[in-house]
Amino acid sequence: MNRYPLWKNLMIGLVLIVGLLYTLPNFYGEVPAVQISAARSTVKIDGALETRILDALSAANISPTGTVRDPGSLRVRLANEDIQMKARDVIERALNPDPQSPSYVVALNLLSASPQWLTSIGALPMYLGLDLRGGVHFLLQIDMKGAITKQLDVATGDLRTLLRDKNIRHGGISRDGETLTVRLRDDATRNQARDAIRASRSDFEYTERNEGEDRLLIATLSVQARRTIQDDAVKQNIVTLHNRVNELGVAEPVIQQQGADRIVVQLPGVQDVSKAKDTIGRTATLQVRMVAEGANPLSPPAGTDVFPENRSGQPFPVAVKKQVVLTGDRFVKAQSTFDNNQRPAISVTLDAVGGRIMRDTTRENIHKQMAIILFEKNKGEAISVATIQGEFGNQFQITGNFSTEETNRLAILIRSGSLAAPMDIIEERTIGPSLGAENIQKGFHSTLWGFLAIAAFMCVYYLIFGLISTLALGANVLFLIALLSLFQATLTLPGIAAIALALGMAIDSNVLINERIREELRNGATPQAAIAAGYERAFDTILDSNVTTLIVGIMLLAFGSGPVRGFAVVHCLGILTSMFSAVFVSRMITNFAYGHRRKLEKLAIGQIWRPSAE
Amino acid sequence: MELFRIRKDIPFMRHALIFNAISLITFLLAVFFLFYKGLHVSVEFTGGTEVQLTYVEAPQVEPLRETLSKAGYIDAVVQTYGSSRDIMVRVPNKNNENASKVSAAVFNTLCSAPGVVRSTQSTGPKGESLTKETCFSAQNTEVASISRVEFVGPQVGKELATDGAMAMLMVIVGIVIYLAFRFEWRFAVSAIIANLHDVVIILGCFAFFQWEFSLPVLAAVLAVLGYSVNESVIVFDRVRETFRNSRMRGLSVPQVLDHAITTTISRTIITHGCTQMMVLSMLLFGGPTLHYFAIALTIGICFGIYSSVLVASPLVMWLGVSREQFIKQKVEKEEAVV
Repeated sequence: MNRYPLWKNLMIGLVLIVGLLYTLPNFYGEVPAVQISAARSTVKIDGALETRILDALSAANISPTGTVRDPGSLRVRLANEDIQMKARDVIERALNPDPQSPSYVVALNLLSASPQWLTSIGALPMYLGLDLRGGVHFLLQIDMKGAITKQLDVATGDLRTLLRDKNIRHGGISRDGETLTVRLRDDATRNQARDAIRASRSDFEYTERNEGEDRLLIATLSVQARRTIQDDAVKQNIVTLHNRVNELGVAEPVIQQQGADRIVVQLPGVQDVSKAKDTIGRTATLQVRMVAEGANPLSPPAGTDVFPENRSGQPFPVAVKKQVVLTGDRFVKAQSTFDNNQRPAISVTLDAVGGRIMRDTTRENIHKQMAIILFEKNKGEAISVATIQGEFGNQFQITGNFSTEETNRLAILIRSGSLAAPMDIIEERTIGPSLGAENIQKGFHSTLWGFLAIAAFMCVYYLIFGLISTLALGANVLFLIALLSLFQATLTLPGIAAIALALGMAIDSNVLINERIREELRNGATPQAAIAAGYERAFDTILDSNVTTLIVGIMLLAFGSGPVRGFAVVHCLGILTSMFSAVFVSRMITNFAYGHRRKLEKLAIGQIWRPSAE
Repeated sequence: MELFRIRKDIPFMRHALIFNAISLITFLLAVFFLFYKGLHVSVEFTGGTEVQLTYVEAPQVEPLRETLSKAGYIDAVVQTYGSSRDIMVRVPNKNNENASKVSAAVFNTLCSAPGVVRSTQSTGPKGESLTKETCFSAQNTEVASISRVEFVGPQVGKELATDGAMAMLMVIVGIVIYLAFRFEWRFAVSAIIANLHDVVIILGCFAFFQWEFSLPVLAAVLAVLGYSVNESVIVFDRVRETFRNSRMRGLSVPQVLDHAITTTISRTIITHGCTQMMVLSMLLFGGPTLHYFAIALTIGICFGIYSSVLVASPLVMWLGVSREQFIKQKVEKEEAVV
């Protein structure tokens, strides 16, 4: 008999319900929202901020319909566009009293209108690619050679200091491409030097060579060390890019590593490419200056600038000399550590030139104060003012009354002042917002009309079984959209094309089943037996025919990039969902329609033509 | 309704030689055009800049081209895209130039005649904020704006091309391995030849008409490859079944092939017809972006039917398939069980 056991029906029902739940958010559309994110890395998005915003809004008689907070941003959902504009102004005034130096980015955005309970089970609308929502896409290539050269220059200075400290005489250390060469007088000193260097630096590999009278010790970076440098460079550049992109006030920027040495930046809604490029490509924003001792910050004398220093939440003006000791591009590393007294501190590494400058400056200015100033949006802020305790070179610690959290943050800030390695834009795509909307329309219409055409044909050709196939195909769409929403895979126009194509190909399974059933009937099987045999025999063929398509999908996923990847993801998912819906869902419906009838005379599967009957 | 009322097996194999000759000629023609004219590959593969401008009123293309060549973009291609108000400008990469600035320069050049470029802030239909660069005339009316820019650096282009070739190669290898496991080698070889013949013919069409070959088109070509291989698989499945069927013992090899094709032909045509309906809908409603994607699929689907029925099966026949190959397999299996 054609009946599924209860558990099977329940399981398919459950899958259908889950599919429906995760598809739902796509139907709700979007509501206007105001998004607040940090414009400077020194401010945080937390519960206190949320209360502050809600207070400001209620003071202005605006009642938001909800708020969503994640670590990077806070979004306030609002009833309509008028209120959205008003709310934006209110929040802007409340959070950024000085429009010249805003602490927060307040941007207009859209939020899914789906109810809270859907969001809480992770059901979100599909994530649309830039070609559907409009925006800018950059692919940046990091110059890894530059990053490694920079590190080697630092190492040169380190080695010099080391050899001097150990009293090993050498004839100079030079960087030649990606190797460091130390010139030494004789074999004994060379051994001594090698042991000393090896003890302090584990990231080098050493070879020896003789050149005339000179004994050379050649150091090259180990593979491991190179990888670390590259990874750090990518990470630091991403942090820097985040800070810079924040200034653009983009609602949902995407900044991700792609491959070993590339970064993708996607800015939805931005059309002003030149501004975006300028902001992303900007250079150093960090400066070290000496504090003007004895100067009154409230009436600064000539030759000084005044910057606020954030001390326990209060801005506190500090007067510093106009002369810049160092800029951010001399900073190579900054890490949060602990000093000798186990207090949180930041360990900073400068490059060789920076080290030399620092040594000279500190020797001449012991017990004086030095300030590190971070510039964001052309506004400076002293992130650290510290007293110089002794002479130091390219490695030093910044101590103060810091908590671990603060040292972490400051380390990031110092690092973000510069790019670890230069970057080039190697790919750029801009899609206008109207073009994006048009693309959605076109993709949707082609899928819809194609679906209707297939549905109409199936219903005419296979009658009830055609209707069942159409329902199964509908379930397929449901599953596909649910999976795309669940995985938050980026949906692009080629992705929509893949949905359409998946449906066009998925009908194959239903055709196979229906043709088999007809064939069984033609050969004289009873209706019930024909259904059972049709589904069973067709299954092998369905599996077979999907394997080759799946091979294509997987290869495209592995080797494709950009638009092809978007296509491949949907293609693969579509094959899996179509097998499930064609085999199980349609069987379940067939069972419900025919399975319980004991005396089944005829199946409505269209006319069965028997050659022998004529 | 029943479309296919086939009383007897259709003698496809009787005309096998003719079909194979036709295939060979189309194939050679396609290869000839591929080499003679070459593929018109998109910016994605060559590297370069593509700017799509939307004008408020349809502009004359020729003056725009002149403006650009005067400004030094001699090899710029200017053409309409989709509608007469949409203009597409394509500029190849030059070594000496900061390539990522080309799009802005092109826009400024084209705009310099009627007016100036200004950045405007606007609010989208749903309240999201948008910034875009718009060209204004001297009378301060909007003339044109950029609706799409695509810049691909030279190294990325090269990578995409090699990745594409790699994907295609791996798809072929994957399918051959699968078919070799699934069937006899004769089937695997004929299926892959038949379907590569489709791919070459699609590429040949693109070369002949100089249609733009972009990444989505490549995806379409590969999707067609997988799709029509499964077509061959279904026919071959029937061939094997018929060979093993003791009631059909009296049939000769061509008759077996005819029988297999005839019994599967209704399914073949219905399935491909349905897929084609979807593709047709994409061709009609999908706009310029999906245009060539849909065209590649259309050619692929048509030739997919043709090749799996009329190329793959004769090839199997020429390669010398026989009933013994299947019967023997069965015997071996039984021995293994014992």
